[in-house]
Amino acid sequence: MREVIHPIQRWQAQGKQVALATVVKVYGSAPRPLGAKMAISEAGEMAGSVSGGCVEAAVIQEALEVLRTGQPRLVPFGISDQDAWEVGLACGGTIEVFVEPWNGGEGP
Amino acid sequence: MSRNKRSPAQAFVDAVAADRLAALATVIRGPTLGRKLFVPLQGEPLGTLGHPTLDRAVLAAAREALTAQQPRRLAPQEDTEVFIDVHVPRPTLVIVGAVHIAIPLVTFAKTLGFRTVVVDARSAFATPERFAHADELIIRWPADVLAEMTLDETTYVVTLTHDEKLDNPALVEALRRPVRYIGALGSRRTHARRVEALRAAGIPPEQIARIHAPIGLDLGGRSPEEIALAIMAEIVAVRNRGPGGSP
Repeated sequence: MREVIHPIQRWQAQGKQVALATVVKVYGSAPRPLGAKMAISEAGEMAGSVSGGCVEAAVIQEALEVLRTGQPRLVPFGISDQDAWEVGLACGGTIEVFVEPWNGGEGP
Repeated sequence: MSRNKRSPAQAFVDAVAADRLAALATVIRGPTLGRKLFVPLQGEPLGTLGHPTLDRAVLAAAREALTAQQPRRLAPQEDTEVFIDVHVPRPTLVIVGAVHIAIPLVTFAKTLGFRTVVVDARSAFATPERFAHADELIIRWPADVLAEMTLDETTYVVTLTHDEKLDNPALVEALRRPVRYIGALGSRRTHARRVEALRAAGIPPEQIARIHAPIGLDLGGRSPEEIALAIMAEIVAVRNRGPGGSP
């Protein structure tokens, strides 16, 4: 969490909405542990990482959608899950990422 | 909760910014999707996951997660899943005894993300030349220093002086606190003598049993560097698996 606090504060100060993505499940070998975080601004800026580079671009798309709808979502990413997700993890692992609007002020 | 109060998310951000051990539970699947409960190590939880029964179940799990210092995911109800995130502050390794082993031990600990504090009353050992790489070098009676320090769930203490007059009072101070790891250098015979001395000092047996001795995982090494590696390996095992985690 620590590595994304300052970017989040900066974006919020600029009046931008922010989404937070958290790794909430890890199957097999995955590059980032449970709890790893990535913050995304409504302008598509990012800080932190959830996979070391494999799925970040897709997470940004999810985050923008979450900010548009205001609804959190649970997103699986995995090499075996080709129907819904074309992005895989190079290491062959599978992760689940929870993406939510993050205001850090008034909670939902 | 009142609207004027901090949100659970803000409380967690504050804890992270202050580098305090704390947990944040979030409903990641279910009818109350996105709801949050903040659980500090000390003090009252903040927020709700949407139902008192759910809060109670998750609060218990969050306390376990804080003790383990590991995040976790659980399904407290059939239709609901919760992720408990845990912020673990940067750990501190307190090394009592500015002996040869302490020099590589500081190096290994720093590489693994620990703040390092070296304490020894003997200024011949505790020189800035030998310990320029330590975050802090304190030349004072170790037990006095430990008595004044914050020693909490993110603190790891090792005693290495080879001198029971220095080691034992420091161990007594460490045993009074909720430190995550205590290790004491010395053979089994030395440790048996130490146990007797600590008992005589009024420390209960279950507290004395917290001491890892002989210190370190058995790597079969003899050099100071190898012993330091064995100590650090044991500390990492405890950090990852909890206080009972070392083989």
